[in-house]
Amino acid sequence: MHRFANPTRFVALARAVQPWAMTIALATLFAGLWFGLLASPPDYQQGETVRIMYVHVPAAWMAMFCYTGMAGASAVALVWKHAVAHVTARATAPIGAAFTFLALVTGSLWGKPMWGTWWVWDARLTSVLILFFLYLGYMALENAFDDRARGQRAAAILAIVGAVNVPIIKFSVDWWNTLHQPASVVRLDGPSIHPSMLTPLILMAVGYTAFYIWVLCLRVRADINMSKVRALKLRNA
Amino acid sequence: MNDYFNMGGYAAFVWPAFALSFGVLATLLVASLKSLRASEQALLDAGAKTETPQ
Amino acid sequence: MKPKHQRLALLGLGVLVLGAAAALVLTAFEDNLVFFHSPTELATKEVSPQQRLRIGGLVQDGSLVKSGSDVRFVVTDGAHSINVAYRGLLPDLFREGQGIVAEGTFQNGTFTAREVLAKHDENYMPPEVVDALKKSGEWQRSGGK
Repeated sequence: MHRFANPTRFVALARAVQPWAMTIALATLFAGLWFGLLASPPDYQQGETVRIMYVHVPAAWMAMFCYTGMAGASAVALVWKHAVAHVTARATAPIGAAFTFLALVTGSLWGKPMWGTWWVWDARLTSVLILFFLYLGYMALENAFDDRARGQRAAAILAIVGAVNVPIIKFSVDWWNTLHQPASVVRLDGPSIHPSMLTPLILMAVGYTAFYIWVLCLRVRADINMSKVRALKLRNA
Repeated sequence: MNDYFNMGGYAAFVWPAFALSFGVLATLLVASLKSLRASEQALLDAGAKTETPQ
Repeated sequence: MKPKHQRLALLGLGVLVLGAAAALVLTAFEDNLVFFHSPTELATKEVSPQQRLRIGGLVQDGSLVKSGSDVRFVVTDGAHSINVAYRGLLPDLFREGQGIVAEGTFQNGTFTAREVLAKHDENYMPPEVVDALKKSGEWQRSGGK
């Protein structure tokens, strides 16, 4: 890990990973759309609305995955003072926020016809909304200080503190009775979802993950470029 | 064909969910690509060599 | 101790304290975080007729009676059951045997619902597969949670 703490090596890694992530993302997202919209059956209860699950569930997974990554990178940045860890966390925040937003909105679009409401304040939905605000807070805090280092440190601390929310989201459906249904795929006794519906779900999940890595590479490279620009300007000034 | 787009009466929920998901992700991708291009240009303007790995 | 280890120890301690604090808060708020009460909980609880609350359970098979937009059905959790009266549109997932959550008031043994929400179970299956399972007698409903 420390080998990649060097920004030049980190950029080289991002450049090497990027085309692979792009290829996998485009291929799996296309296949996921095909299976999700055309080559899968309606559900015995939800009918065609089950298809919303194929964009909703992976978005919700990525919302938690990105946050875990952001908090982990922030912890590394605070302890080992690696600049690239801050860069990774900062580049992850808007991607995670986008996934959280999509999870909330697509869930709402499913909830209206199926539950009978756009929104309820149950433990699952509320904790995901808090996750969205944590992302926004992180991004705001990053930019709130004239001193970049202070902003980074404050945002990193917020990210770590907010990590408490991630297990609460995951287990909220088990700990409390919520309107939201319990887990279907990640459970001890195996998925309670038919293979014909698991296929598009897994394809979309792989596609979203690869998409995250692809965009992360782009943003990390842009971020490191800009810090080089600042260093050059400082030297020339 | 119309039957398909009707999504069993749930067209108003299924299609926006997909359109929004791919719309938001595409916007994020385009914005990230643009900021990378802009950063490469800024680096050139600042008089440095591009981020070529050794 | 190197500064790096000091920071690591501080971070570890901070996370530990934070986790403990979160656990305490969540335990303290337990009752408010519960989205709905089961009929059994309602049977053992004193409820004032004005108090708005949510109940959740399965719609008893054969209990649904509709007359116009007036709906009556029985919500059960196996041990206890409650009569529910409701006027309005039911969500698409509302079915006998399925889970629901209703918000309203409880008075004289009848729950007058202002809102009825359907609760989905965690099973996702094509209709043909369900038919086949039912035919072979392997179909088990896991709802009611």
